[in-house]
Amino acid sequence: MGLTDNIKRALFTRGGVHPPANKLAASVKISDGPNPERVLIPLTQHVGSPCEPLVEKGEKVLVGQKIGDSEAYISAPVHASVSGEVASIAKFTHPSGRDALAVEIISDLEDTPAEGIAPAPDPLGMEPGDIRARVREGGIVGMGGAAFPTHVKLNPPSDKRIELLIVNGAECEPYLSADYRLMVERAQDVLHGARIISRAVGAERIVVAIEQTSPAAISAMRDAAGSGGEEVFTLPAVFPQGAEKTLIKTITGRDVPSGKLPMDVGALVDNVGTCAAVSELFLTGMPLVKRIVTVAGDGVTGRGNLRVKVGTLVRDVIDHCGGLEGGLGQVILGGPMTGLSQYTLDVPVTKATGGIVVLSKESIISEEPGHFTCIRCGRCVRHCPMNLMPYLLGSYSDAGMWEELESVYINDCVECGCCAYICPTKNPLVQLIKVGKEGYSRRKRKMETLKKDKEEKSLEESNA
Amino acid sequence: MPEEPLEKEQETEEIEAPPASAEAPARMLSIGVSPHIRDKDTTTGIMGWVILALLPVTVYGIYMGGLSAFIVVLMSIVGAVATEAGIQRLRHMPVTILDLSAVLTGLLLGLTLPPKLPFWIPLLGGAVAIALGKQIFGGLGHNIFNPALVGRAVIFVSYSKYMTTSYLATPKAPLITSQSIKAINSVTGATPLAAQGLVRKGELTISASRYYKPLLFGNPWGCIGEVSAVLILVGLAVLLYKGLVDWRIPVCYVGTVVILSWILGMDPLFAALAGGLLIGACFMATDYVTNPMTAWGKVIFAVGCGVMTTILRFYSNLPEGVMFAILFMNGLTPLIDRYVRPVPYGVRALRRMEAEAEKLGDAA
Repeated sequence: MGLTDNIKRALFTRGGVHPPANKLAASVKISDGPNPERVLIPLTQHVGSPCEPLVEKGEKVLVGQKIGDSEAYISAPVHASVSGEVASIAKFTHPSGRDALAVEIISDLEDTPAEGIAPAPDPLGMEPGDIRARVREGGIVGMGGAAFPTHVKLNPPSDKRIELLIVNGAECEPYLSADYRLMVERAQDVLHGARIISRAVGAERIVVAIEQTSPAAISAMRDAAGSGGEEVFTLPAVFPQGAEKTLIKTITGRDVPSGKLPMDVGALVDNVGTCAAVSELFLTGMPLVKRIVTVAGDGVTGRGNLRVKVGTLVRDVIDHCGGLEGGLGQVILGGPMTGLSQYTLDVPVTKATGGIVVLSKESIISEEPGHFTCIRCGRCVRHCPMNLMPYLLGSYSDAGMWEELESVYINDCVECGCCAYICPTKNPLVQLIKVGKEGYSRRKRKMETLKKDKEEKSLEESNA
Repeated sequence: MPEEPLEKEQETEEIEAPPASAEAPARMLSIGVSPHIRDKDTTTGIMGWVILALLPVTVYGIYMGGLSAFIVVLMSIVGAVATEAGIQRLRHMPVTILDLSAVLTGLLLGLTLPPKLPFWIPLLGGAVAIALGKQIFGGLGHNIFNPALVGRAVIFVSYSKYMTTSYLATPKAPLITSQSIKAINSVTGATPLAAQGLVRKGELTISASRYYKPLLFGNPWGCIGEVSAVLILVGLAVLLYKGLVDWRIPVCYVGTVVILSWILGMDPLFAALAGGLLIGACFMATDYVTNPMTAWGKVIFAVGCGVMTTILRFYSNLPEGVMFAILFMNGLTPLIDRYVRPVPYGVRALRRMEAEAEKLGDAA
């Protein structure tokens, strides 16, 4: 970075914010998480249709045994992460805040693997269709937080060609370091998984994208790539650098068309965690039953990057790290910029949980205006990575002007939180935008039904 | 009878049980919508920094203007803050004078007034600034025009006699020899901009470069905040360093005035330093509420301010045009904000994609 680059950036660059990184656990090696006696495995851990339970109460299950699946295309099966007995299939608190159906398993603490779990002999020689089928059966979803079923992403329509696979190692959320540790400790696995994925979609080019603030990960991935042809791309450290659309723009210089998918610009983005999970699935045959979770924050005694069994309660993970410190604060699943805060510790870790961030009472934001106040400082406009006008989104939503929201492109908002983070009056912009999206789509549906009714009516009249 | 204590026991158990059980404390966790962390900057903090950035020029202006200058600044702040509190009381709203925005408005007003005004004029100006400039629109963030300039405009029009004559007679500036000021004064007796107006008409011959040093370090002909261009630039440097103002506004505003003045035959450096241009471009035009939200909007706004200032300076009865130029462009800001908007990520790409698809469809 030359001086002119720095000046250029200071004067003209827009989009993104720089929250304090607080990567407290970045230097802590990945270790095994708790061995819980009871797990709650939600049947919805992905974007798409919920799974139907495949087991019954009282049934014995083994590690890696499929316990839920769905006929729907956009869905991913779930597997038992412990061996033991199904205690119940009922509604439990889900990290999304709603109650959702989950399979409760009482572990026998033996971790007996299910039968038929075997490695794939030559994954890089497999047919794309077979890779997809195996990925689907393995229950693999996007591990960056969105949890979109990976097998769907690996199956682009025939008119779309994917040339570039971007392995997303940009862990731009503060506190989180699970992806970083994965790249440092298991670079080969990440690359192996990326190669399998690129084989499935026919991508010729693999780019591993890592923020410049993670030199250890950059060198580990470079060493692992060796002469393999994979490139390592150094990203500027800005939030939300790891957001799919921002990432594609940085690497290819191209925008993903509004409302379209990365495949429309010939790209596929997969998180390093997803790549490692794919690699593990083909190397051992074990479906996705564990994931790496960063535990950090000033409200928890310990810190670390733990290999946690899916379905383990957040309470058990926090206890494993020494428990809460300084009373009850805020527990966030995911990172502090986009994660979901939980009202209870009795929620399970799911395939999408990349972090458990515990903020102490003192760190919780307390000041927030009772109503929408804006001093028009323009920071939200300057920092919006999607080039939107967040203050307008917020004020239209606050005023209930749903029809106006289309003209300010509300559906292009990715809810990264930069606007609310940077707002000096502390407006809850993301909340207003979420409400606005709901209000806008509800109004749109209503208008459509009204139009339909009117058309039917006029049709009837003309028939009469 | 034995049933009763049992019932009571159950009752107490029910009341005491929740805190003892594992469930209860967990339910007391705080929840909120993301993002769960926020930047440290607040409205009050920003206002405080702007006030701090104005301090060097304020202190120097008061030093030069003496007690009367201090009273002018103080009275405009008092007028502004008292009016803000009074109106918020009347409207049964929370009184927000502690956010420092009214203090800043009062200070800015005071800095644009001549140092020898009678005390009641700045007091009135401060009251008008807040009442008609800000609160009548709904308070902070809702006003169209820069409140300090609204206050100044009202008293400028109402008490023009005071406003044009209450300048310092004898300068008191450390870096300027009073002889040099006296030498200039003996030729003109007018403010620099007015003198240059006469120069253009051929009625006077005094070189613009003779004004450089006083304008930079100790200007006796100006308002309290116009005493030193250097100190205003120091304040601007603070604002830019803290990232509180967009560089486009001062740069484009002053740049436009300099270029146009040069074309019209005025010394460009003199055009930049004289009058209220610098304090206007650095502290008035950059007011968050009354300038456009987008980068290009700010450029249009600033260039517009520069054009208007030059027009007023050269072709009106007024010696100076910064105040009305900024107020004029404030009025255009909603329009600029309506038409100058960033194109969101992916919208151009979508249009391109649709155009291509259409072409393909036509071909087929």
